[in-house]
Amino acid sequence: MSHILQIDQLRKGFGGVQALDGVDFHIDKGEIVSVIGPNGAGKTSFFNTITGYFSPDSGSIVFNGLNIGGHEPHEITGLGIARTFQNVRLFPNMTVLENVMVAQHSRTSTGIFGTLLNTRGFRKEEAEIEERAKEILSFFGQRLKGYRWDQPAFVLSYANRRRLEIARAMGTQPELLLLDEPTAGMNPRETAEMTELIDRLRTERGITVVVIEHEMRVVREVSDRVVVLDHGVKIAEGTYETVSTNPDVIEAYLGRPAEAGSA
Amino acid sequence: MMTDSAAPPSKPDVRPMTDVDWEKVLRSGALAGLMLSFIAAIGMVTVLDERTMIDPWLSLGYLALVWVPVFFGFTAASEPTPDGGISPVKGERDLLSGLVTGALAGLCFSFFIVLIDTYDMTDIFSNLLPRLVDLLTFDRGIGVAAAIWIVGCALLGLCGGAAQVVSARVKRMLSWAFVGVAIVAMLEAVIIDLSQGLRVEFVTDFMYAKNGGLTTGAAIILGAIFGAAGFQSSDKTFDQRRQERMSQPKEVLLRKNMVAAGVAILAVIFVPMVVGGLTNELLANVGLFVLLGLGLNIVVGSAGLLDLGYVAFFAVGAYTTAILTSPLSPYWVPELTLDFFSWEDWFWKGWVIVAVVLVMAAISGILVGTPVIRLRGDYLAIVTLGFGEIVRILFLSDWLSPYFGGAQGVTNIPSAAIGPVEIQGTSSQSIFYLTAVFVVIAIYVAWRLQSSRTGRAWSALREDEDVAEAMGINTTAVKLTAFVTGAVLAGFAGMIFAVKVGSVFPISFKLLVSIIILVIVIVGGMGSIAGVIVGAVVLIGVLGGPTQPGLLQEFGQFKLLIYGALLVIMMLKRPEGLWPSVRRQRELRHEELNQDAWLTGTPGTDEEEDDA
Ligand SMILES: Nc1ncnc2c1ncn2[C@@H]1O[C@H](COP(=O)(O)OP(=O)(O)OP(=O)(O)O)[C@@H](O)[C@H]1O
Ligand SMILES: [Mg+2]
Repeated sequence: MSHILQIDQLRKGFGGVQALDGVDFHIDKGEIVSVIGPNGAGKTSFFNTITGYFSPDSGSIVFNGLNIGGHEPHEITGLGIARTFQNVRLFPNMTVLENVMVAQHSRTSTGIFGTLLNTRGFRKEEAEIEERAKEILSFFGQRLKGYRWDQPAFVLSYANRRRLEIARAMGTQPELLLLDEPTAGMNPRETAEMTELIDRLRTERGITVVVIEHEMRVVREVSDRVVVLDHGVKIAEGTYETVSTNPDVIEAYLGRPAEAGSA
Repeated sequence: MMTDSAAPPSKPDVRPMTDVDWEKVLRSGALAGLMLSFIAAIGMVTVLDERTMIDPWLSLGYLALVWVPVFFGFTAASEPTPDGGISPVKGERDLLSGLVTGALAGLCFSFFIVLIDTYDMTDIFSNLLPRLVDLLTFDRGIGVAAAIWIVGCALLGLCGGAAQVVSARVKRMLSWAFVGVAIVAMLEAVIIDLSQGLRVEFVTDFMYAKNGGLTTGAAIILGAIFGAAGFQSSDKTFDQRRQERMSQPKEVLLRKNMVAAGVAILAVIFVPMVVGGLTNELLANVGLFVLLGLGLNIVVGSAGLLDLGYVAFFAVGAYTTAILTSPLSPYWVPELTLDFFSWEDWFWKGWVIVAVVLVMAAISGILVGTPVIRLRGDYLAIVTLGFGEIVRILFLSDWLSPYFGGAQGVTNIPSAAIGPVEIQGTSSQSIFYLTAVFVVIAIYVAWRLQSSRTGRAWSALREDEDVAEAMGINTTAVKLTAFVTGAVLAGFAGMIFAVKVGSVFPISFKLLVSIIILVIVIVGGMGSIAGVIVGAVVLIGVLGGPTQPGLLQEFGQFKLLIYGALLVIMMLKRPEGLWPSVRRQRELRHEELNQDAWLTGTPGTDEEEDDA
């Protein structure tokens, strides 16, 4: 079976900094892969390049057999890759429900004329959009339900903002979901819940997930495979056990014994 | 949260008289004096004196001065409560602060009067005319006048200071009385117009003096009525009441909105029949700018694209209409007339013109939009400003004058008709009806798009363009849609304008028009349909449009000054606009809300409420 996403020799530099320096990567349908690495390793740049925010200097990004390198972000979302942002970026003044509704843009089609004429198709589609948004939010149990639907996103707690960001990404109905540090800033209990949620994304939704994560406990529990980046180079790849004992990885994390230690 | 609240200063019952912030009083007094002198020096007093508000003693000119000591007295007496501190008890010190501030203002102003009385400075300051001196000295000696100004301003300042002391209820009573009387005085022409239409002239014969202005008796009675109403009014602010309204169940809200819309439609149909030409003219002007405002509101308010060249599309609509219908134009299509409705002939040609205007406006929207749409924020604003001017200059140019007539424009635009009703530029009533039709269309468009796929995409775009892309929104296409929708509404407004004026000239499409439309949207409330209507009524109805006079037409030359002042005040005091959209209000009160939440300790992790 061919990989859902296959990346070869991806390079991206900013002036003197080589954020990605020939990265090879692949993921199969239904897999959960973690990307780890010290700060500034190029993890977020990796996501930004896949999702079209950065155009790669060289290398190929093939998603479902299509080279998506250099495509516009909205096209890539349309093809089925969704993402969250490391520094949560919701639409703060839109309601929780609207945040998830607007994400379905590329899966719906009614234009201005349909809206103005209030066609049957428009009404049906609006109802479906709302229905689907509610269904997606119910994936998070009681967290984002009921009275929360009509609250503006900015009143949400930090953990709920992270959840809503995932819900919004799910609204684009992706095959592949890229999560950038989904547990950052969460307390242990919320982290445990998020770990479970990532697993459910695969089992209940059939979404393939790439997750950037600093919390080693989460990495151990969710990932089928771990990829380690350092200075834009992939220095190790494999199961959590093999990677965590790899001397190169330990060296990359040296000076940060806390994280290496928890590994 | 306050850690060491060990020994709060003992709370004084009444602030002692001496506890006055003299520095602040001095500053406020001087500032007030300067303000008074400024208002007099720019000639506002002289010009506005033409308009009597209350016969025979209060003209708009004096009113332009009177508010100054009151306002500065009020602010001088206010004391911001230091965070977490005890709010100072109001008392005599506030009165004293106000009094002294006022007296100082009067003193400064007297000095100014002496100055202009002694020296002839008309060479430099062309407004310092002898007439001004007469007005400011009440035709009496300079000494008497100075005494009057100092004592008068002191008393007014005292009133301002007293406003800090009295209960909220009394304050409400007084402000209602004042504002109510002012509004009735301002609406003089409209009310007389209306009473004539209803054949109840005797009411206005009593209310208004022959030479204009409320009679003193009427002013007192009205003041009493409004004061009583204010005294009885609830102590909730406009926003609180609105909040309550919005939190009603959706069905109730919808029903109430339906009723309100019904009443509004009936008013729109019947009021113009009753009132005369003057009020209809006002209504037509307001309607035209509501239409323009609604269009720009989609671009700026919904999609967040600051377009300073909006007038270009207004011009395109006007010129398209002119060229098609004027017999003097080389592209005159004699078959096309502006007939919007007819029982006999089922081919309503007017709508063909509407369609052509729509297409032309949309094309120009795409032409202007495509190259600039990738720019963001300030860059977009500057470039659209440039395009707006380019369009005007093209219409003005000699090169294209065979088509557009250059500076001479296109004249002889025939009248339009809805069925048997002829719509002539000279009949503001018919123009108003035509405007109303298109305003209703525009409201429908704006309202439908608000909660639709397109509307949501616009909101997302406004909040975070990059993230909107990640949500699968083709931001370029969505921006262009907003641009074109706005352009089309402006095109319709241009068509009405062409019929109304009967001719189009490049001079009518200056940058100023774009700016005034933008001010309407900002003052009314960005992204809010009701806000645009409120904004247009306040600005165009009261102050007047770029060329159109408003209710206070005496403001004429000072219109732009007032516009500017209003804009600054709004930005400082109520940036969300007079009648904000729910979303925008959220946005601008966002920080406050967050802060409150922080103080009460609700956000952060949601441990407590997690276990549902
Ligand atoms: N837009 C940009 N312009 C210039 N340099 C950039 C840009 N984005 C990232 N970089 C640089 O690329 C390198 C990788 O950054 P990146 O944000 O991808 O790291 P990261 O692995 O996500 O780190 P962290 O764990 O802190 O999130 C850094 O040196 C960073 O300064
Ligand atoms: Mg990062």
